[in-house]
Amino acid sequence: MQSSVQTTPGLGKILMLVLTRDLRLAVRHWDQVLQPLIFFVIVTTLFPLAISPALDELRKISPGVLWVAAMLASLLALESLFRPDVEDGTMEQWVLSGQPLSLLLLAKTLAHWLLTGLPLVLMAPIVGTALGMPQSVWPVLAATLALGTGSLSVLGAIGAALTVSVRRGNVLLALLVLPLEMPVLIFGARAVDLAMHGEPVAGPLNLLTALLLFFVSLGPFAMAAAMRISVES
Amino acid sequence: MWLWFHKLSSPPYAYRTAGLVRPWLFWPAILLMIVGAVGGLVLAPEDYQQKDAFRIIYVHVPSASLSLMIYVVMAVAAGVGMIWRIKLAHAVAAACAPIGAWFTVATLVTGSIYGKPMWGTWWEWDPRLTSELILLFLYLGYMALRASFDDTQRADRASAILAIVGVVNVPIVKYSVVWWNSLHQGPSISKLAAPSIEGSMLWPLLIMMLAFILYFGAVLCDRLRGEILRRERNASWLSESLARS
Repeated sequence: MQSSVQTTPGLGKILMLVLTRDLRLAVRHWDQVLQPLIFFVIVTTLFPLAISPALDELRKISPGVLWVAAMLASLLALESLFRPDVEDGTMEQWVLSGQPLSLLLLAKTLAHWLLTGLPLVLMAPIVGTALGMPQSVWPVLAATLALGTGSLSVLGAIGAALTVSVRRGNVLLALLVLPLEMPVLIFGARAVDLAMHGEPVAGPLNLLTALLLFFVSLGPFAMAAAMRISVES
Repeated sequence: MWLWFHKLSSPPYAYRTAGLVRPWLFWPAILLMIVGAVGGLVLAPEDYQQKDAFRIIYVHVPSASLSLMIYVVMAVAAGVGMIWRIKLAHAVAAACAPIGAWFTVATLVTGSIYGKPMWGTWWEWDPRLTSELILLFLYLGYMALRASFDDTQRADRASAILAIVGVVNVPIVKYSVVWWNSLHQGPSISKLAAPSIEGSMLWPLLIMMLAFILYFGAVLCDRLRGEILRRERNASWLSESLARS
């Protein structure tokens, strides 16, 4: 008993290890980090081509376009969240490790957000400008995306944990996760839209924050339960 | 009470009970539907604004409330199955999903038919319609997840998590969607103190509501029996009881 206490690192250290490991892996496969970002830019490019090159028209739909594109990009990135670890058996070791799986998965989701959510937050103002969005909206846009993509990552992680053992789970994942993500989309796009019309945005921003806190506090339990089912077989 | 509960959770007993209960739900449901239909379509006076078009509420409103209620029933059954590891509860949840999905479709279709003469469009992006549509997506996602596992037990547990996550999300989806401005009329029967619907219009609606609930019970019995048959297809009690009948 005494020796195991000494050899097992504390929970904080373990979570840091999980986080740094995922970040280090991402740095070594940086093209995989870049792909959702490129996808985000391509999707937003489709709208001027499909609708109209007139900035006046694009400006009106730009909050929605950016948000939908961000949602799809985060969905696309979910594929790589758990699958490699489940396939090479790492996840099984985590389940057996005796550490709280929900926190381990939350740390993994945090790493995932840093790699896929944060780049979107930084990229969105640039793409928004290309769609005619005024510079004054940048802070609000970045804030909604920062709060919103966090919720998307947690919800997506639940879906990814559920579908990780399913063959061709991609489409299924979208089917499961997108309806649940709609509130985030509504508040996020609405806040940006309000900001563009110079109206107060505190309401939707507060709601986005509330959603994020709610999902972060309860989501990990669902993730862990789903992952246990996916791993045992 | 607990003995009864455990007895009911055994597949052979539940299979027989569902078969016995079913006619007691089905025929009253049909009877009440006829009463409600006559009351709603013939006896109730026509609305001074909406004329006869309002009469679709006798199908629309019960379908809508059932579509939500069944989701809750499904999630509760899934939760019971997860917590107490009762396989039959998972079977109930599995049986609920398609019924709920069809009630959701019925709600959308009747709402659409109502919307055409009233609002001039088949579809309006209004909160209630949209949240009902999202509810349909939730049902479809649940069924898709269930179908993607070959192993019934894993399908049960994975879809149970989805149902529970979904039921936590339904109010959030609902209220986030209400955030838009709406042209859907506010609820008119939940205000019990001063109902904004007249008595002669109200009673057929309540009867229809009851009829739909009983009908749901009857269909649930049928589907549950089907689900038990599928799950227990190799069990000895089943071949014995089939041989006897």
